[in-house]
Amino acid sequence: MPVITSSKTQPEYDVAIVGSGAGGGQMAYTLTLAGLKVVMLEAGRDYDPVMETAMFQRPEHSPLLGTGTPDKPGNFSDATIDGGWTVPGEPYTQASEKEAEQFWWWRPRMMGGRTNHWGRMSLRNGTHDFKPRSRDGLGFDWPIGYEDVEPYYTKVEMLIGVYGTNEGMENTPNSPPGVLLPAPKARAAELYMQKHAKTLGIPVIPIHRAVLTKPLDADTIPAKLHPGDARAQKIVADSMRARAACFWATDCHRGCNIKANYQSTTVHLPPAHATGNLDVVANAHAREIIIGANGKATGVLYIDKKTGREERVKAKAVVLAASSGETVRILLNSKSSAFPSGIANRSGLVGKYIMDTVGVSVSGQVPALENLPPHNEDGAGGPHSYIPWWLYQEQHAGKMNFARGYHVEFGGTRGMPGGRNPLPDDLGRGAYGTKFKEEARRYFGSMVGYTCRGEMVPNENCFAELDPQVKDKWGIPVLRWHWKWSDQELNMVAHAQKTFASIIEAMGGNVRSKPEAPIDAIDPGGKIIHEVGGALMGVDAEKSVCNGFNQTWDVKNLFLSDAAPFPSNADKNPTLTIMALAWRTGDYIIEQAKKGNL
Amino acid sequence: MNTDDTRLPRRTVLKWFAAAAAAMHLPDFRADAQAAPVKGYGTDPDIAKFYQPGAFWPLTFTPEQRKTATALADVILPKDDLGPAASEVRVQDYIDEWISAPYPVQQKDRDVIVPGLEWIEAESQKRFAKDFATLSGEQHRAICDDLCWAAEAKPEFKKGASFFAKFRTLAASAYYGTDAGWKALGYIGNVPLATFDGPPPEVLAKLGVEQTVK
Ligand SMILES: Cc1cc2nc3c(=O)[nH]c(=O)nc-3n(C[C@H](O)[C@H](O)[C@H](O)COP(=O)(O)OP(=O)(O)OC[C@H]3O[C@@H](n4cnc5c(N)ncnc54)[C@H](O)[C@@H]3O)c2cc1C
Ligand code: SF4
Repeated sequence: MPVITSSKTQPEYDVAIVGSGAGGGQMAYTLTLAGLKVVMLEAGRDYDPVMETAMFQRPEHSPLLGTGTPDKPGNFSDATIDGGWTVPGEPYTQASEKEAEQFWWWRPRMMGGRTNHWGRMSLRNGTHDFKPRSRDGLGFDWPIGYEDVEPYYTKVEMLIGVYGTNEGMENTPNSPPGVLLPAPKARAAELYMQKHAKTLGIPVIPIHRAVLTKPLDADTIPAKLHPGDARAQKIVADSMRARAACFWATDCHRGCNIKANYQSTTVHLPPAHATGNLDVVANAHAREIIIGANGKATGVLYIDKKTGREERVKAKAVVLAASSGETVRILLNSKSSAFPSGIANRSGLVGKYIMDTVGVSVSGQVPALENLPPHNEDGAGGPHSYIPWWLYQEQHAGKMNFARGYHVEFGGTRGMPGGRNPLPDDLGRGAYGTKFKEEARRYFGSMVGYTCRGEMVPNENCFAELDPQVKDKWGIPVLRWHWKWSDQELNMVAHAQKTFASIIEAMGGNVRSKPEAPIDAIDPGGKIIHEVGGALMGVDAEKSVCNGFNQTWDVKNLFLSDAAPFPSNADKNPTLTIMALAWRTGDYIIEQAKKGNL
Repeated sequence: MNTDDTRLPRRTVLKWFAAAAAAMHLPDFRADAQAAPVKGYGTDPDIAKFYQPGAFWPLTFTPEQRKTATALADVILPKDDLGPAASEVRVQDYIDEWISAPYPVQQKDRDVIVPGLEWIEAESQKRFAKDFATLSGEQHRAICDDLCWAAEAKPEFKKGASFFAKFRTLAASAYYGTDAGWKALGYIGNVPLATFDGPPPEVLAKLGVEQTVK
């Protein structure tokens, strides 16, 4: 049941899962609670969020006031271990020297993957988001619809705990009554912005985030998640009771040692371990999938990073959830006579149509927010409000020069200071001494920033392949990225820049960001850390890699449970959908296993 | 993600990529081949610990540099009604830690701060034949007024002014990362609460808004 070393693995498992993040965590949860024997391989080290989280450290308690370095590129206190934009000994390469054609790839190496650090924004895809091609003729439809995924969104929300409200807006789905936890009160700058955005016809509503604004109802939820299974209910209830509600302080990016927000390591893995059906091998870097004479996957070949040796686990089915980029890499590296260009790649589409989120930010300063009476607005450790995409009708009527939507994220303005100068030189105008302190206090809380989270349209120029030369420190070929934005994204960026400026001006504020052409202003591909695609799901084995159950067409006991199968990348942040699909795929695996179909 | 501090300048990160890529083009791909060119705290420091400046690498100010830095930090952030002087919360130690760090961004700042401290000391000797630390308030102001706003500094003070701006940024980054700095700024938080009630009535009134989340 525990985290074990290679020598302690069982001769064979029902399922081997690669990766312990959102997709792998949900998969392990679903399978082990249903009684399957599972081994999970995780390339990173084991990680204990209760003991290893920097909760109340001030910037003064961290080296370099917590600011990023090549070793810890986000913040010293954030929950990314052994990684970031680079991972020692595990490079990736770029096909182009041009900045605008490069892809940034964020990878931690730790139990729970990126779910320890993530922003917890948890929005459902809507009905349009599963059928984008049917609406605008671009990209790909999903082979499944909202109605297929809806029950799983609900289950995941009940399990992990998500706050928010039901607003009944187009393509911004409601959850069933009673599923969402109460939304936290809006902060001062959010309310002020809401009031002024309204004059521009732009809605500001509570965002959905995976944070417990009250304890989960351990008395009723487990029975809804696992009807008729008393043992599963007990395990899940115990795990829910071990989580406290948010205490309205500390940045969720650091992780949460009271388990009030979702991390795989606090929500998915503990109940999976409690079943006794899960073995986890940490420091186990999957290299390739082993294929048997019958054309089925028989297990996984991995590097034990502690010993440097190659090891194998055997299983009746294999699930990849190593993050979409790494899942692509494992598929491409799994070459055999049956699959000379990589396993499950008869379509030649593995690595194709990689997408990230369109990001651009505009900042400003709002005099009305100066010198507000000091008050605590830490709140739920991240955003409380957001702007959902509001122009579906205009787009549908052909009035816009880009096809897909974006939502807008922003936080409060009185977040934890330190590690940066609160009084920019141009506002300080040379102030030093008491004057400096007065001016810093005056402006604190008045700086706003809005950031676009938009849907890119998949294109032929964004893909990953194996680099023909470069290998990682174990001699495994690495990914080489190709990237190019299209006018779809650049037009969206121009729209967002204009919109954000008009919001700031409506508040009586001044835009502070430099005006930049969209191609310079857009965040680099991958920078938003929402990389999806590379092994699309579809209805046709010639034109996709998996079916609607994340099952590869070519190898029927091989499943992809991260974002690799996404045929589109809605503006909604991807993780809730990764988890919903992982649960759905898990149920399908259980059913197929029962029928003897794997 | 949104409120995350990963907003590093694009150039900085691209340089890290370049360094990582260059390291990997070495003839063999041993584990340590890609290690950062200099030793910092590594990719897996104990992040739950509370650290002091000097915990990971030695501080390197000379006693003279330290004296000048301490005095200058206190001119920029003096003791007053809003809070203690910079030196009381050891701002000089944080600046020393910063410029002593083995990372590229900080090493570049070192090349501004160390010569800048020496320059301002020489300027003090030139104008008043005294150490900067022993100047009167008026004498401090005489020098700092020439440096404090880079945009309007006279040509002969341009370099001194860009040093001053960098030093002020580092001093403020440290000062406002302390409990006393938080009070000075009006940040109230980082304490567990039983409920979150949103902005208080006087804030809502001042902004002319109502709470919309019930
Ligand atoms: C700072 C930040 C903020 C974010 N904010 C949000 C947000 O607000 N909302 C949102 O929806 N998403 C957000 N994301 C993205 C979110 O974290 C990911 O979508 C999600 O974690 C993906 O889950 P995953 O299981 O595919 O991959 P991961 O969570 O990355 O897990 C993959 C795991 O596989 C392991 N692994 C990789 N390669 C191998 C191998 N070869 N062998 C064995 N194991 C391997 C990795 O070490 C890792 O532990 C954010 C991410 C970051 C970093
Ligand atoms: S804000 Fe709440 S959920 Fe987030 S880390 Fe702090 S206590 Fe945990």
